[in-house]
Amino acid sequence: MTDHLSRRLAETPVIMADGATGTTLFNMGLSSGDAPELWNVDHPDRIRALYRGAVDAGSDLFLTNSFGSNAARLRLHDAADRAFELSRVAAELGREIADTAGRDVIVAGSMGPTGDIMEPMGTLSHARAVEIFHEQAEGLKAGGADVLWVETISAAEEYRAAAEAARLAGMPWCGTMSFDTAGRTMMGLTAADMVAMVDRLPHPPLAFGANCGVGASDLLRTVLGFAAQGPDRPVIAKGNAGIPKYVDGHIHYDGTPDLMARYATLAADCGARIIGGCCGTTPEHLAAMRAALDAHTPGPRPSLDDITAALGGFSSASDGLDGADAPARTRRRGRSPRG
Amino acid sequence: MSDESEDDLILADLPDDELVQQMFDDLYDGLKPEIEEAVHILLDRGWAPYDILTKALVGGMTIVGRDFRDGILFVPEVLLAAGAMKGGMAILKPLLAETGAPRVGKMVIGTVKGDIHDIGKNLVSMMMEGAGFEVVDIGINNAVEKYLAALETEKPDILGMSALLTTTMPYMKVVIDTMAAQGIRDEYIVLVGGAPLNEEFGRAIGADAYCRDAAVAVETAKSFMARKHNQMATA
Repeated sequence: MTDHLSRRLAETPVIMADGATGTTLFNMGLSSGDAPELWNVDHPDRIRALYRGAVDAGSDLFLTNSFGSNAARLRLHDAADRAFELSRVAAELGREIADTAGRDVIVAGSMGPTGDIMEPMGTLSHARAVEIFHEQAEGLKAGGADVLWVETISAAEEYRAAAEAARLAGMPWCGTMSFDTAGRTMMGLTAADMVAMVDRLPHPPLAFGANCGVGASDLLRTVLGFAAQGPDRPVIAKGNAGIPKYVDGHIHYDGTPDLMARYATLAADCGARIIGGCCGTTPEHLAAMRAALDAHTPGPRPSLDDITAALGGFSSASDGLDGADAPARTRRRGRSPRG
Repeated sequence: MSDESEDDLILADLPDDELVQQMFDDLYDGLKPEIEEAVHILLDRGWAPYDILTKALVGGMTIVGRDFRDGILFVPEVLLAAGAMKGGMAILKPLLAETGAPRVGKMVIGTVKGDIHDIGKNLVSMMMEGAGFEVVDIGINNAVEKYLAALETEKPDILGMSALLTTTMPYMKVVIDTMAAQGIRDEYIVLVGGAPLNEEFGRAIGADAYCRDAAVAVETAKSFMARKHNQMATA
């Protein structure tokens, strides 16, 4: 049996995903530092409103409010034992909204990073990371998610652990990383590194790509980096609506709906097939993106200059793929580093 | 581990200047046992602990910091380098206290409430120590009360706050506003950092500076400390 997302990918050239979860919940009164996932149980109506906002704006797929509903993150809120429950309810509420949308909408079960550093650099073992993700994945599955959606990952080790968890849960999945450090992930992965890593996974994702990071321009440079590798599977682009600013006591992202509309069509021309926003992307942005994508005639792959002309400059001169990196340090002696 | 012949390099056979250069390389490569060995060798040769810290360890970490800032090294390499440096620091710390070495400055650092991420904070913490600062790390998920208690107890020059999430970064303003309300805001240099932040955000919430990464944090902290000393000298 083909899964829901694969069916849609076979039917349609571009699937529009959703926008921000955190930013939207803040605007509904979430306090900084509180766990958004507790609202799945405490304020289900607000979570329904969050989902409905994306669906009404034309999203074909939305993510559940379960980014941090894993045991590692919930322990901050003395709720580590509620990872399964909060994940399940996040997906149940999503199922409810999708099934009454009056059109075909995909529920993607969001899974964010654990927040811990994995061995050997850090303390989190592969086995424990798999266990943490697996518990969350089972909750999302029980709640009726169509697909698992791993996002904002920076370490290859953590991505692999999430892949393993998806396999254990018997679920199709997608996985995106955040390229926020000079065009690479915090752990130094380039777009090309990610394509190579994804290709080697025993339970590969249906689609892979980039989310969050630094602004819409950088994200599209990363998407071009994926496309240059000729990847086997569809590419996901979920960029932030500009950069965050602090206005009147709350976070405001400076990207306009018009800018995100341009970003969406450029993302399509860069080769992305699942296109959405991340932080700062409101239903208003999504509606503009929907209209632009519907009206869009596919064009040639944009150049880096086309992207900066339309969306603004990059945060770093290089993304590690253009050979412009400074030469490796000349070492005095050839001690071979770290085995 | 490699069995290449270069690994047979005998640190104790190197003259001081070459040994320091070798320590730069070994820090860069994150070789903790080699750094510890070299620190012991320099101590045996009569080096003052403070000179080992500043000339060898801080010197080496400066190179690491520069390459991190320039996108040549990334977090995993810096974590390894910082781990090696900590090995050396652990030997020097008690000796530094005994010899009353000059202090660059003191920092209290922690990730804000609701945020579990400590990668960036740990990097800043280690790079600051690498630059000779005394660092008190109060960990993750800090409510404003915990920051204030640490300021009261530790009496640092600098308060560092970190956040990796859009959902937690506004909490930095809660802390700064509370400090202002208690009339203690201006007693400290407040530095903020974290992936979703930027300079404008730092200014908007009333921090002294936003630091893009750990290397910038060290540079910024040094320049604020220099200004503070100048002010005290002219006061």
